Amino acid sequence: MRNIIEVEHLVKKFGDLVAVDDVSFEVVEGEIFGFLGPNGAGKTTTINILCTLMRPTSGRASLNGFDVVRQQNEVRRSLGLVFQDPSLDIKLSALQNLEFHTGVYNIPRSLSKQRIEEVLKMVDLWDRRKDVVEHFSGGMRRRLEIGRGLLHYPKVLFLDEPTLGLDPQTRFHIWNYILDLRKRENITIFLTTHYMDEATVADRIAIIDHGKIIALDTPDALKRMVGGDIVTLKTEDAEAAVAEIREQYNIEAQRGSEGIFFEVQNGEEFIPTLVNNFKSGLHSISVRRPTLDDVFMKLTGREIRDEVGGVAVMKKMWAMRSARGRAGRFH
Amino acid sequence: MSNLRGVYIIWYRDLIRFWRDRARLITAFIMPFLFLVVFGTGIASSVFGGAGDGDFDYIQFMYPGIIGMVILFTSIMTGVSVVWDREFGFLKEVLVAPISRTSVAIGKALGGATIATIQGIFMLVFIPFAHVSLSVGGAFLLIALMFIFSLSLTSMGLLIASRIKSMEAFQVVVQMVLFPLFFLSPAMFPTQFLPAWLGTAVKFNPVSYGIDSLRQVVLGSQESAMFGIELFGYRMPIILDIAVVALFGIVMGTLAIRSFRVQE
Repeated sequence: MRNIIEVEHLVKKFGDLVAVDDVSFEVVEGEIFGFLGPNGAGKTTTINILCTLMRPTSGRASLNGFDVVRQQNEVRRSLGLVFQDPSLDIKLSALQNLEFHTGVYNIPRSLSKQRIEEVLKMVDLWDRRKDVVEHFSGGMRRRLEIGRGLLHYPKVLFLDEPTLGLDPQTRFHIWNYILDLRKRENITIFLTTHYMDEATVADRIAIIDHGKIIALDTPDALKRMVGGDIVTLKTEDAEAAVAEIREQYNIEAQRGSEGIFFEVQNGEEFIPTLVNNFKSGLHSISVRRPTLDDVFMKLTGREIRDEVGGVAVMKKMWAMRSARGRAGRFH
Repeated sequence: MSNLRGVYIIWYRDLIRFWRDRARLITAFIMPFLFLVVFGTGIASSVFGGAGDGDFDYIQFMYPGIIGMVILFTSIMTGVSVVWDREFGFLKEVLVAPISRTSVAIGKALGGATIATIQGIFMLVFIPFAHVSLSVGGAFLLIALMFIFSLSLTSMGLLIASRIKSMEAFQVVVQMVLFPLFFLSPAMFPTQFLPAWLGTAVKFNPVSYGIDSLRQVVLGSQESAMFGIELFGYRMPIILDIAVVALFGIVMGTLAIRSFRVQE
């Protein structure tokens, strides 16, 4: 397996602001590589450099063996991109958008008809090919963009927040496409997201914050960094509860948006002890396995704001995938 | 080869959008109609004692100016439409494609110029109303001039678009660039009676030469002689008018391409 992307000491400054701060990493051909971090962490800037839309201030990066500054046309031919913001011409039909793409990518005319049909069928828009994109729903537009990104058979498909602003059901469908696609095409997928649940599909994840990579590993290994289970309490008096837990169990609980929470080994067994002895007022208690959110919290002391509904959607999705006997790879 | 196909597809996309925009096709007639038929008749009848009477037919005079106006507004607007592409994200699709920025700029310039020329051709329906007659050869010459004029102005629009980043700035451009270029030209009035300050401003406006060239073709160089632009005591011949427009276009086009190539 070769490295399809290599990034060495990449720096991008906008005036005084350092958007990307000495970032180095490699992406192996065929993997799903996730870039995870809050908005403004430097994810999109890094992608823009890899896609030749921006020049790095210093450092170097290569994609498919081509330098992103010196061999821009070769780099562009090697990548497909689904942007964070829509980038279709909504006044054109689906077909015309794809024909435009085959034109600017100079895909031979004899091939382009067949490829267009192929991707439109893949993203289930073949029947709607003559409709003007203006009349498409958000999910249909996103699917069309994914199809367009694949039209020139790129080696790497960049998905920059591919499901941003889409409803949970559509997010679920989009992910099905992406995962099926990766199985079929052996394409490398470079993904950025601030949805923790989405990042879990990646083979490896780089957690990025303030322009720096603060951790890079498989999702499981990252989760192991947290150490135990997460116990979350809703209490009458958070202050008193934190003090009590510190006294009784020598555990330093933290305040989060959900209440107070802390890590503990064997959470299920710990709960009865805790509840029986708890003196402060207790409204609710829950225990769960660590998520990437907790990893981020552990590394930075902050939460990545996740959208309500996100986790539920992905749980449903994994359940469906397991039912179809495919979940193995993405645990 | 790859670049030619890219230029073509960028040009073709602009034309599809143009044909699909029925509202724009209809409104393309409204402003020229109001200017030529309403405003023209008003001025002709109140200032010159009626259209077609006497030595000076105002509507006939302003007709080529209105063609010029249509070319000017359509070209700059189409050029600046790149701002819309940026706003709606489509520009990224183009910029990340394996095609040179130069090809992108050329494709956009040709697209805008073609649309402006088509709108200019629409204006030929007013020929009977404007009491002018045009030979077939004259019509082809006129269309060729419209295209050169459009190409220069679209390049200018592209240059502006590459420098402005917001929709708000777009309105400013219309007020600060488009209207001055239009009013400081001989589109609506002859130049020889102007006070020195205004006459000089008109001569510094490249649009003046484009409109003068259209007028020389529509009215004939004899008829239009008295309305023409004089530089250093000489009446500008049509070939020099065209040269000024072309030179202006080359400068604008070069700057636009250079500006397109700048990368963050």
